[in-house]
Amino acid sequence: MAERLAQIAADLHIHTVASACAEVEMIPPLIVGRAQRLGLDLIAITDHHCVDNVAAVRQAAEPFGIAVLAGMEVQSREEVHVICLFDRIEQAERWQELIWDHLPRLPNREEFFGAQYVVDAAGDYIRTNEKLLQCSTDLSFDELVELAYRWGGLPIPAHVDRPRNSLFANLGMVPQGVALAGVEISRHTRPEQARSRFPGLVGLGMIQSGDAHRLDEIINTMRLTVASRTVEEIHLALLGRGGRGITIG
Amino acid sequence: MTVQEIIQALSLEVLAAGSKCLGRHVTRGYASDMLSCVMAGAQAGSIWVTMQGHPNVVAVASLLDVAAVVVTEHAPVDPATVQRALEHEIALLTTPRDTFTTVAQLASFGIQGCR
Repeated sequence: MAERLAQIAADLHIHTVASACAEVEMIPPLIVGRAQRLGLDLIAITDHHCVDNVAAVRQAAEPFGIAVLAGMEVQSREEVHVICLFDRIEQAERWQELIWDHLPRLPNREEFFGAQYVVDAAGDYIRTNEKLLQCSTDLSFDELVELAYRWGGLPIPAHVDRPRNSLFANLGMVPQGVALAGVEISRHTRPEQARSRFPGLVGLGMIQSGDAHRLDEIINTMRLTVASRTVEEIHLALLGRGGRGITIG
Repeated sequence: MTVQEIIQALSLEVLAAGSKCLGRHVTRGYASDMLSCVMAGAQAGSIWVTMQGHPNVVAVASLLDVAAVVVTEHAPVDPATVQRALEHEIALLTTPRDTFTTVAQLASFGIQGCR
């Protein structure tokens, strides 16, 4: 049977209150409400080194038909941020265990970084994550990308146009021999601007995400042509294979 | 001051160094861990002090024709970084001392900033 391709709207980089730097409004029902008003079909929850709120957002999104990918924003030892996307929550939870082995064993300091809350689908408080998550892993960028692929995930360097925590700011260029399918640009630029600023983007796929730490930072600027709302399909769309693709703007 | 003289004066450990780069004369230096800044700020023939050990360090050093790279605080250096430094004739050096101390030592030998 021929695959049926469809165009869907997506924002693949959204933080919740599990991220110390996110606003308290970033709870499942409000995130889903905003996504629904924007007309998004697919979102990814990508907290810093934590997947604890993914299931709650997925549950909140289910009645609206919005798909939610289990993601995480990981910081390499060079302080490059990479979005890692997974289909299944159990997969992402195992990934979290692995990543936590690469983080310093330190408690979070709420007065400096903010609190990290785990909540339910209604946004009600369950517990506070006491671990320091707002820091670098000891994985190199290259190791991180390879590891994410090996775990069945899709690694995408985040906000490459930004002056810090970005592949181009911190490491200057795409490292030789690292098999990237694409990169993420922030909501502060446009694809053609990014491509003219960074010649290294030639041949790479591109997504645009809100990197939302507040509700009004969730965006709808990207259309994915995919057969289903899965990581594998996003990967194909980044590579532009099999009729899949991505348009921004 | 040559790269070889700097290695001796600062007791640096050599991770990679071809014969050609050891004799290069260094008059200027640059310190940053942001490779995008190094690309914009470092000069050919300078010595670059950093805590980055990623292979892109060699790519940037080679692009700018930097004479030597000093990785401070014995920060982890990827094996591929050493390999590429050998291939590209970049002196790749390391020290347990921090960037501030290393730069202060270089400055005491008259090595100036790139700007």
